[in-house]
Amino acid sequence: MRSRRFIAPSALVWLVIGAAYFFIPLLATLLFSLKSNQTGKCCTLAAYGWVIHNGDFWHTLKLSFLLAIETAAIGLLLFVPTIYLVHLKLRRLRALIAFLALVPFVVPPIVLVVGLLNLYRGAPTWFYDQPWGFLVAAYVILSFPYMFFSLDAGFRAIDVHTLTEASQSLGASWPTTLLRVILPNIRAAALAGSFLALAIVMGEFTIASLAQFHTFPIFLEYTNETQAYPAAALTLLSFGITWVAMLGLLFVGSRGGSRPAFLGGGRRT
Amino acid sequence: MWLGTLPFFAYTILFLFLPAGEVLVGAFKGVQHGWTTANITQLFHQPYLNAYKGSIEVSVITALLGGVFGLLLAYAAIRERTPRWIRSGLTTFSGVAANFGGIPLAFAFIATLGTIGIATQFMKNDLGIDIYAHGFNLFGKTGVEVVYLYFQIPLMVLVIAPAIDGLRREWREAASNLGANSIQFWRYVGLPVLMPSILGAVILLFGNAFAAYATAYQLSSGTVPLVPIVIGAYYTGNVFNNPHLAQALALGMFVVLAVMMLVYIPLQRRSARWAR
Repeated sequence: MRSRRFIAPSALVWLVIGAAYFFIPLLATLLFSLKSNQTGKCCTLAAYGWVIHNGDFWHTLKLSFLLAIETAAIGLLLFVPTIYLVHLKLRRLRALIAFLALVPFVVPPIVLVVGLLNLYRGAPTWFYDQPWGFLVAAYVILSFPYMFFSLDAGFRAIDVHTLTEASQSLGASWPTTLLRVILPNIRAAALAGSFLALAIVMGEFTIASLAQFHTFPIFLEYTNETQAYPAAALTLLSFGITWVAMLGLLFVGSRGGSRPAFLGGGRRT
Repeated sequence: MWLGTLPFFAYTILFLFLPAGEVLVGAFKGVQHGWTTANITQLFHQPYLNAYKGSIEVSVITALLGGVFGLLLAYAAIRERTPRWIRSGLTTFSGVAANFGGIPLAFAFIATLGTIGIATQFMKNDLGIDIYAHGFNLFGKTGVEVVYLYFQIPLMVLVIAPAIDGLRREWREAASNLGANSIQFWRYVGLPVLMPSILGAVILLFGNAFAAYATAYQLSSGTVPLVPIVIGAYYTGNVFNNPHLAQALALGMFVVLAVMMLVYIPLQRRSARWAR
């Protein structure tokens, strides 16, 4: 029998094939982004220069980022009080809310946007014609499953009853309890849900395209049609944004898990 | 007390149930007025029937291939003797890749396997293989399937890894003590235990591919016959003679996904039995 320390040969074969499939497209995109527009040869940073000096790039990137923040904020406002109450008193509602949070899996973006466009066609322009209204309304729905599962896990890890009773017996009102006692304790879960919302909104194309809003993914699509090499640079950037969101998720996850829930940080009394 | 949950329910009704209901009701409306089932019966005629066939074909193929490769990859990373950093690396990368879809993913593959892609050119100039002369086309159904695997395989890895963790080492040792070889272990112990999880995961992958729009749209410039592409063409193009047909198409997607969920939930319950 061979030494136990070495990786199994068949495992090695599959891992190498997997690595090739997943890394070659990224490498090819990198090489593509370094090509010169005039000669089509390597290597120049001109494509990156084009991106940096493009006003639309900064404009749409900022728009998508702000939309992501608004989506996360509304998602938290809806879910934190609801899941708090469910864990405190309304246990019977948990199954219903979990079910509702999963419905977006059955109603994909392309179906959701068809319904929203038809339903709100006559709505006031501040809602229907603004990305802050229409688009965010849809994005909050898309983030439902991720918000719910992050926050539900966060609330399960803390003792909601004891925290609430301790806070109330010290004379805190309901808003104070929620904001200054509960929220700091589920901070990691709230951040995790927000990072997932960021990843979704920064890459969402379907709804923005059909509802005709010019977000970052729409700019990317337009660049793909017109400027091949800068498009490669933007593709890598978009991949980088997903990485940042996922690493952020991993980071808050590892910190939140090891910290005793009761001694949660953020106490500034 | 329950008033605190009211905003959540109100939001769900306004932006999830009412739009879904609008699709349901709109699918049965006539172009001028009144009720009709004509939109629904149209779904069973060309070109819409082809779009459903295309969508289901692409989803089934990428769910099965993604399922198999994802399982093999996850097992290769988790099994004994594989260094631990490979596992954590694969999980982190899968988290990114499963969320990396749409426009950038399509373009990464255009830069790789498109007609002037880096890999295409390399194979043509340095290896003497012209894949486009051999019938490969990134911008058709095969291409869409190759690209979809880029997010299907990682999703499988993420979903199946906890189930593989649940395969206890003792079972393997017990089987080998009783004289079973590796094939017998998988045939009688490993796969039967994993099967509900695998089926559940493959169904999830099916839904994931079925709902995808942006990747296929960018790859084919909206020409590949898939249901989301046909719906999208109604809103982005100028073929808007009957908006209720788009709603009927959307309703059809919803029905397929709802049936999928009905199969998925019992499987999920069953596989949870072996967890931890």
